[in-house]
Amino acid sequence: MEPISFLNIPTSPSIDKVGVEERVARFQTRSIKNESKRQGLKMVLSMIDLTTLEGKDTPGKVKQMCYKAQHLHDLHPGLPTVAAVCVYPSMVAVARKELKNASVKIASVSTVFPAGQAPLEVKITDTKFAVDAGADEIDMVISRGKFLSGEYNFVFDEIAAIKEACGKARLKVILETGELATLDNVRKASDIAIYAGADFIKTSTGKIQPAATMQVTYTMLMAIRDYFDETGIMIGMKPAGGISTSKLALHNLVMVKEILGDAWLNNHWFRFGASSLANDVLMQIMKTETGVYQSSDYFTID
Amino acid sequence: MAKQNKTESWEYAPSLEGTSHIQLKKKYDLFIDGKWVKPTSGKYFSSINPANEELLAEVAHANEADVDLAVKAARKAYNNVWSKMAPLERAKYIYRIARLMQERAREFAVIESLDAGKTIRESRDIDVPLACNHFFYYAGWADKLEYAFPNRKVESLGVAGQIIPWNFPLLMAAWKIAPALATGNTVVLKPAETTSLTALKLAEIIEESGLPAGVVNIVTGYGDTGAAIVNHPDVNKIAFTGSTAVGKIIQKAIAGTTKKSTLELGGKSANIIFDDAPIDQAVEGIVNGIFFNQGHVCCAGSRLFVQENIADKVIRKLKQRMESLYVGNPLDKNTDIGAINSKEQLETINKYIQIGKNEGAEIYQTKCDLPKKGYYCPPTIFTNVAQSNIIAQEEIFGPVLTIQTFRTVDEVIQKANNSPYGLAAGVWTDKGSRIFNLTTKLRAGVVWANTYNKFDPTSPFGGYKESGFGREGGLHGLNAYVKLN
Amino acid sequence: MSRLEILKTYKIYIGGQFPRTESGRYYTPFDKKGKPLANICLSSRKDVRNAVVAARKAFGSWSERSAFNRGQILYRIAEMLEGRRAQFIDELIQQGLTKANAEKEVNLSIDRIVYYAGWCDKFNQVLSSVNPVSSAHFNFSTCEPMGVVGIISEQTSSLIGLVSMLMPAICGGNTAVVLASEKLPLCAVTFAEVLNSSDVPGGVVNILTGSTSEMAPTLASHMDVNALITSQLDDSLKKNLSVAAVDNLKRNYEFTADWSKPESQGLNYISDLQEIKTTWHPIENIGGATSSY
Repeated sequence: MEPISFLNIPTSPSIDKVGVEERVARFQTRSIKNESKRQGLKMVLSMIDLTTLEGKDTPGKVKQMCYKAQHLHDLHPGLPTVAAVCVYPSMVAVARKELKNASVKIASVSTVFPAGQAPLEVKITDTKFAVDAGADEIDMVISRGKFLSGEYNFVFDEIAAIKEACGKARLKVILETGELATLDNVRKASDIAIYAGADFIKTSTGKIQPAATMQVTYTMLMAIRDYFDETGIMIGMKPAGGISTSKLALHNLVMVKEILGDAWLNNHWFRFGASSLANDVLMQIMKTETGVYQSSDYFTID
Repeated sequence: MAKQNKTESWEYAPSLEGTSHIQLKKKYDLFIDGKWVKPTSGKYFSSINPANEELLAEVAHANEADVDLAVKAARKAYNNVWSKMAPLERAKYIYRIARLMQERAREFAVIESLDAGKTIRESRDIDVPLACNHFFYYAGWADKLEYAFPNRKVESLGVAGQIIPWNFPLLMAAWKIAPALATGNTVVLKPAETTSLTALKLAEIIEESGLPAGVVNIVTGYGDTGAAIVNHPDVNKIAFTGSTAVGKIIQKAIAGTTKKSTLELGGKSANIIFDDAPIDQAVEGIVNGIFFNQGHVCCAGSRLFVQENIADKVIRKLKQRMESLYVGNPLDKNTDIGAINSKEQLETINKYIQIGKNEGAEIYQTKCDLPKKGYYCPPTIFTNVAQSNIIAQEEIFGPVLTIQTFRTVDEVIQKANNSPYGLAAGVWTDKGSRIFNLTTKLRAGVVWANTYNKFDPTSPFGGYKESGFGREGGLHGLNAYVKLN
Repeated sequence: MSRLEILKTYKIYIGGQFPRTESGRYYTPFDKKGKPLANICLSSRKDVRNAVVAARKAFGSWSERSAFNRGQILYRIAEMLEGRRAQFIDELIQQGLTKANAEKEVNLSIDRIVYYAGWCDKFNQVLSSVNPVSSAHFNFSTCEPMGVVGIISEQTSSLIGLVSMLMPAICGGNTAVVLASEKLPLCAVTFAEVLNSSDVPGGVVNILTGSTSEMAPTLASHMDVNALITSQLDDSLKKNLSVAAVDNLKRNYEFTADWSKPESQGLNYISDLQEIKTTWHPIENIGGATSSY
């Protein structure tokens, strides 16, 4: 069998953006009420990668976030923890110490996040550093400049190399869709990432707008669907950036359910990269429990 | 608590549109000369909810005498008021009707869903807004007709008799009434017997708008009521939307008279997918083409042609997509496919499904649970279909798709045109020059390229060949209601 | 000794050929003084059928020809008619017109052809529209010819009625089967010769002579004829034809104009034989570069 390389992956289908917008609008008209809403909101919480990716991050900030990850709102028992915390490589050790063997995973961005403008050796070193420090998951960025200049082979090989460097850690490949400009590019980049070995594909770094629009996420989910239909292999999806409300998060779940099915509706296969989403979801959960609209003053902001 | 890692199913809880805000009378009379008039025969028929077979209201059955009253009222209003009114004033009445409809849009949507079985999502997001917008669009034409027909003197025709179908009850009423009024005609309109209620609600709005009595008359009833309109000697124009068979009867009935006519009839429209198409959007287009409004759409993309080299993939994707369609209570906001409009129509659809099976075509239906009461049909596709199969030739008017494959551009053009109908067509390809090749050569009045089943008040709609003649919508839609000198 | 005159044989015109009627029949119309005009083909139902087949065959390439080229060909018809005006004047006089009226009719016919020649590459601009739909789609409506048009010529003129009804049909890219005036058929056949020498492709226009009441029902009921136009027919025939036209929903028009008047021409005669086709296509990124995707 020929080794997989960019040259022998299937041609990506073209995407009509207006058609995608219409399809997405249909997901947005789904009405999620009552028990579905309660169940959905808890699912959202459990899928969050609680994230801090600032130049000004300190061990103190990361520690606080790790606590929040396990204690979203202790006033309300029965809530899940988030799926993971997401930090820079330099903070992985701090998070590992804080979380110990807790079920909350540690994700680390790598490959010289967010721009990725460094040689491959540096990126591999960056990745290995994070893994060695205890990261369960690696969120790498692709070389968008190379992609846009048509060097798809380069992008493909780079992802494959990072995948190798990850060892047992799961690899999330960030396409930074806001820089790819078209949905055709989003689809092509998704296919490259998946075939090169991504365990997850992820929309954005959170540093570029627009980030995880539903149109982009839809396009990436269709790539995952097609790959599954071709190979029987599941790939995870992580929209990141821009999903800050419960409503939008639920619409994302609707999309996952209707495109990929219930098998993807858990945090092994679907994540939200978000920092402020958790509290909005908590407020919504309290609203559904109590019937009273909530204030952010009552929800902690670690 | 341990994180959730197991797979569980997540279902949408019922999300029913409320019905408490709508007002339905127990019994509806005829709207003639601005008043609610009892039918001379004293007869009423039942309008039932096809989703649960419950009675919604009793509706008057108009006979010849009632139709005669309505035509007389329309003639009087035409002679005395409407044809003499300053065009801008005419426009203002139509604008007012549009606004009043908008204000009660949700009520219209709910009643439409109750009466016709269509999903609340479609009646709320498509039918009712389009109906309102149609009135808005044509209102503005009333005082600008000289720009539509340069160098000609424009006159109205007189009394327009309008007979509409049950698939888009309010929208079709709007398509008929709005341009007729804008051009200065008066109207006698008959809704379909299974779906009279939104037309009667429209009559209430027309009454509320202060439109002069007799300008619009709504007479409810069956085919005999329609025949009375067609045969009435003082009607100047017949506008009909419905089956090709009835269209031909009407056209024969008015042969040799001075009555003008426009007919918007059946179709068996081809939806063509090339191998370079945006495939996932094309699959959406297929779904939208055949399952929109339970397939009760004259321009439904009921004949799918897929290029052979992608046929397996397209069919696989289509089946997947079909499984995510919810069939059920039309009032549930999450329902994608509602109830079949009537028992008779369900029987017709089932008859064709049986024919398809007998013809050896391979059937696939989604595995959805259908409600116990009411008239429902799961989304259905047939593969292994030949052009000569009956199911690929005759209009089924339900959620039933036939799929054929093709190999070359020439072949698919010939097959697409190989039909007595010519209402619409769809083309899916990424190649612009091919789109224009096909859109030029397909003999159909509407061609959707990389989209399907889109409608707009500004966009002319109507068919070639046995799909009827005349256009509705847009500038060209004015033609149907004017005499040019 | 006076020279023996060579009489013209009047044949029918199908698919660019001048056959005799397949039936072998003929009839002899008379002038006002009772003198026989000529022996004219009494065409049959089969001739109608053959003419429709020829018209259908010619439709594809005629309708897809550039509008400019159609205009050139129509103008060429006018040129050829001008060149043979004397013959037409003679025939019209033979059929009972005064010289002055005959000249007037030929002149008007030529001018009318020039008029419609000019419309060929213009009517679609005037009759089309770009429709500003609310969704992210480009939407436009253009004209397309209906296909094969059956024309039952006005009976009281030999040339101008035929020209007035035929020209708007072929100007718009339709092909035609014309039933000539039963009593005044001479110019129709001679006009076919003009067409044949004017770069009009065979089959675009087919002209039959004979009994209107015999041929017209066949034409009106023919399932491969898309439109039927008549002018000043008697009521009962008109009604019968209208009923016959329903079976394939032919577009059916009666033109009531007095063709001898200069103003009896116009865009509406072209547009009546056009279908409006509306095309939709998505527009990416409506709403400007700043909108999010």
